[in-house]
Amino acid sequence: MTRQKQEARNGYIFVSPWFIGFVLFLLYPLVASLCYSFCDYSVLKTPVFTGLDNFIRLFHDDVFWTCVKNTAYFCAIFLPASLVLSLGLAMLLNTKVWGMSIYRTIFYLPSLLPLVATACVFLWVFDSKGVVNSFLQMIHIHGPDWLASTAWSKITIILLSLWGVGNTMIIYLAGLQEVPQSLYEAAEIDGAKAWAKTKSVTLPMISPVILFNLIIGIVGSIQIFTIPYVMFPQGTPANSTYFYTEYLYDNAFKFHEMGYACAMGWILFVVTLLLTLVSLKISNKHVHYGGG
Amino acid sequence: MVTEEPKTSPAPSAEPSEKRARTQRSGRAAAAAKLTATHIALIVLSVVFLIPFFWMLSTSFKTVKDAVADPPIWIPQIQQTVPTLASYPPLFQTTYQGRQVRGNIKSELPNGNTQVEIVQPDDLKGTVVDSPRAQLRQVAFDAPVVSGEFQHQKVTAIVLRELDDSRQQVQVIEPESLKGQQFTDLATNLKPVTHPGLQWKNYPDAFTYDSKSLGYIPFLYYFRNTIIICWLVVVGTVFSNALAAYAFARLRWRGREAFFVLTLATMMVPFPVVMVPLYGVFKALGWIGTFRPLWVPAFFGSAFNIFLLRQFFRGIPFELSEAATIDGANEWQLFWDILIPLAKPALAVVALFTFIACWTDFLGPLIYLSDQKTYTLSLGLASYQSRNGGTDWNLLMAASTIVVAPVVVLFFFTQKLFIRGIALTGLKG
Repeated sequence: MTRQKQEARNGYIFVSPWFIGFVLFLLYPLVASLCYSFCDYSVLKTPVFTGLDNFIRLFHDDVFWTCVKNTAYFCAIFLPASLVLSLGLAMLLNTKVWGMSIYRTIFYLPSLLPLVATACVFLWVFDSKGVVNSFLQMIHIHGPDWLASTAWSKITIILLSLWGVGNTMIIYLAGLQEVPQSLYEAAEIDGAKAWAKTKSVTLPMISPVILFNLIIGIVGSIQIFTIPYVMFPQGTPANSTYFYTEYLYDNAFKFHEMGYACAMGWILFVVTLLLTLVSLKISNKHVHYGGG
Repeated sequence: MVTEEPKTSPAPSAEPSEKRARTQRSGRAAAAAKLTATHIALIVLSVVFLIPFFWMLSTSFKTVKDAVADPPIWIPQIQQTVPTLASYPPLFQTTYQGRQVRGNIKSELPNGNTQVEIVQPDDLKGTVVDSPRAQLRQVAFDAPVVSGEFQHQKVTAIVLRELDDSRQQVQVIEPESLKGQQFTDLATNLKPVTHPGLQWKNYPDAFTYDSKSLGYIPFLYYFRNTIIICWLVVVGTVFSNALAAYAFARLRWRGREAFFVLTLATMMVPFPVVMVPLYGVFKALGWIGTFRPLWVPAFFGSAFNIFLLRQFFRGIPFELSEAATIDGANEWQLFWDILIPLAKPALAVVALFTFIACWTDFLGPLIYLSDQKTYTLSLGLASYQSRNGGTDWNLLMAASTIVVAPVVVLFFFTQKLFIRGIALTGLKG
């Protein structure tokens, strides 16, 4: 056997566990999911082909649309807010102030915590007798009923999700530290002020990182599950916190409508892909690759 | 905006020195102002980020009553007590099953024994035991201290007895002139005397919740299960991804580039899409209710880790492998004896991130585990919350702290690794 052939053979051997896993735990379920989405299926009985039935039913399902709206609302507010907040934190941390590693720990740590624990803590933080309303009371504001009012329940979830932006922040920080100092010096010689430096040097230089965080953010926030599931059982109050993945989960494992759940899954997949493609397309114009 | 002006303006050396000094001074002042503003912003934001931690810890050390007190109590308090023999009913000590127990006398039996209803320790509370009269010994009761008004004077007193009409019988301990006097008053008129202190009892209480009715300590099982699963997942992830990354980074085979792109593309598949058929696969294997659906897939690699390790493996000089090949090493030896030791920093990062992800996972255990004995910490905490939440906030916060603490401790020991890990993800590429 030639050296080249041997190397190729070894390559296939080394990659084979991954390939088997890929087929077993991803490719097969992905294809099966697509098939089931056209079937009436629960684990207990064999799938029956029903054509586009699931999708038509989804189209007329009010709860489905409520979940879509809730999820869209969450993403539309949380994504920009988290991208801006985490970039702001990262820029503050990138100024070489004293105690930087302490601040970094404080901002980063919440993102590592088990979401269930975070949810439990925030149930209490936002309780009508919790710390937030107590602070508001101190400045003579009667705090809203964060958890029980349809107007505030989603805001509560957004606020506590923002508590976990540390991960995004750290990725920004790594990107900021890669920006060559010489560019800032050059901008200063050209008389650039802080905002001009941010706009003309920082943002273009870290634009690939922004894109990365945006895509990770889309994929993550569209799937939000644990926090509303633990904090607001059954989407209380009045389905205002019933999110897409929760409804999918309920259809699959509570109502045993697995074909229906698969149809929802594929819609989620396609929407995620479309949003990612749109982000990539738009970013073509604005993202600056090169140097750095 | 960056202006064109500096190009046309005279060189700095041509400026009058006085003006230059002024610009420098104002520049320094501006820099100082900016630094102060940065510090203030960081401190304010830090406080906001720390409040949930503070609130969790503070509540976890409070009594139930203090937890929901209005206005809120920021620093946990414990009530002062004074030992007294005068309390009612009197407290007696005896032995039961070889343990020292304390309780109140319920009745005298004709055979000379006494029936005692146990008050302490907590796990025997309410049990009625027979005890020979001779064994009983009266002991001091830690009576709670309250402040109130008696004969138009502010007094400090100890509570001797709870009366049926929500009044309390108390005995004055201060001032000296009224010491020993007893009076009764509505419990609401008597304010508990407290001092800052931590009610540690919440932690064992939360940790051992339900253990009496279940016959085992659930949180102990949650810890054990989580550690078992995460350990297997970490081992599997590190090993399988190192193998795959080696194939992608160091070996040439047909279809490698295309397959690598495919590998990256798998990152775009949301878990909910494959959730249902995956459940079907594990059901067919008879794995539902076991840990296997949670750890077995880890032994087959995952795209993100392959990507991360491939970047690192490519940076290790190929000359090392070539030299070893000349010395007669086979591919496995190249991988195991040469590459793995050199790749330890990257493997540690993968292990750490995997461990955290596994420790905090919720959806996986929720789908595959059904018996409470097999729950992980996240799932266990969620079930604790759904059953006991909304009432005993102090215990829920103690339970949350128990779940959060290992992650925080791990972070403090591995901070450097985390920061290096972020750099390693090679965002530039």
